[in-house]
Amino acid sequence: MTPEDLHGEEGVEHLLTYADGFRRRVYVVDREVPFPDGRLVVSRTDTNGVITHANESFVAMSGYSADELIGQQHYILRHPDMPSEVFRQLWGTVARRQKWHGYVKNLCKDGSYYWVYASVVANVRDGAVLGYTSVRRKPSRRMVEDAEVTYAALK
Amino acid sequence: MNADGAPTPLTFTVSPDFNVKHLPGWYVVNTWLQRHTGESIRLQTFDDFATLHRALLGDHIDLIYANAFDAARLVRDHGFIALARPDGRPDEAVVAVNISSPVHEVEALGVNTRVASTDHPDVHLMGMILIESADLGPETVQIHRYANFVLVAKALLYDDADIGFFLAETFDEMSPTIRSQLRVLVRSEIFVISHLFLVHPRLAHRADAMRRSLLMMDADPKGMAALDDVGIRRWAEVEPEEVDFMIDLMDALDD
Repeated sequence: MTPEDLHGEEGVEHLLTYADGFRRRVYVVDREVPFPDGRLVVSRTDTNGVITHANESFVAMSGYSADELIGQQHYILRHPDMPSEVFRQLWGTVARRQKWHGYVKNLCKDGSYYWVYASVVANVRDGAVLGYTSVRRKPSRRMVEDAEVTYAALK
Repeated sequence: MNADGAPTPLTFTVSPDFNVKHLPGWYVVNTWLQRHTGESIRLQTFDDFATLHRALLGDHIDLIYANAFDAARLVRDHGFIALARPDGRPDEAVVAVNISSPVHEVEALGVNTRVASTDHPDVHLMGMILIESADLGPETVQIHRYANFVLVAKALLYDDADIGFFLAETFDEMSPTIRSQLRVLVRSEIFVISHLFLVHPRLAHRADAMRRSLLMMDADPKGMAALDDVGIRRWAEVEPEEVDFMIDLMDALDD
């Protein structure tokens, strides 16, 4: 992600540090992309959080190409407003092979954002966890507003 | 074996969500399968999902054309084997309203919305997901179950319900008269959930032969005619990972 990806919009720069120690500079604009009615945004990762599959809706919402997404860490979509504690809970829950649900603000390549209600499950094959599937759907505004308040307090 | 020494026929059934106009076609499919697999197969249909699920629990079903929700459970929990899926026919849901309804977007629906639904597990699940963005859930709407999608449509027409959940293909095949009095509020575009043709694990040794028969069905004129009678273009191969992916997806969606 570079300032050029914002196509002339004025973005706010953030330096994010992820759980694996990787640091990344992102640019954020205050523009929400509406979640399309009827769609599901689906992706799969390996056990290290590397994206192995992204459906058409995932690609379209993110603003990246499929080639840019596959092989990248899922945190490529991490919005700086999201507390890292939420993702710690997410990974801890699915590592125990339990389903995780939650509201997530995702960052698009052009600095805009979209809210989702996400469900993540472990992909268990022959008793072993091979990766994780995340399915996101359109959230209710009331729940998004609640999440905004909760996450602001956690930051 | 039967009492007279004849082999016991295999029991084949079809998810009760099929369009009733396709019922004769399913008997033709059954006959075609018998001829091309060399198996004795008997088609048994069920009026509703509760009866079907009892038959499945009683281990009475050998072959089933199952909706995605049932297919996921049959494969994951009971070891059923996926033989094929209908090509280009994903399961999608429609949430519809009466044409004169003042509601034009999901977010305009309010608490105590009257929902006309069926016991079709996929459609009910997808329908409830489609109205989540209005902050509605099982506790905040009034759900009325009807025996089939025609009765759901009637509930909308007679103002007994505010919204109705339909299997998209059934909604699209409704008569123009009914369709003209309804309006689609939202339609799912999931693409990857579909019915599956499954065989019981006790027939695992015959699964490959049955799969081959299904996959060549559209190459035979009588097979193609039978498929046409049930609204399927052809059977497509389904990879085990594809089935696992569908199961993971259904699992993620099913709160």
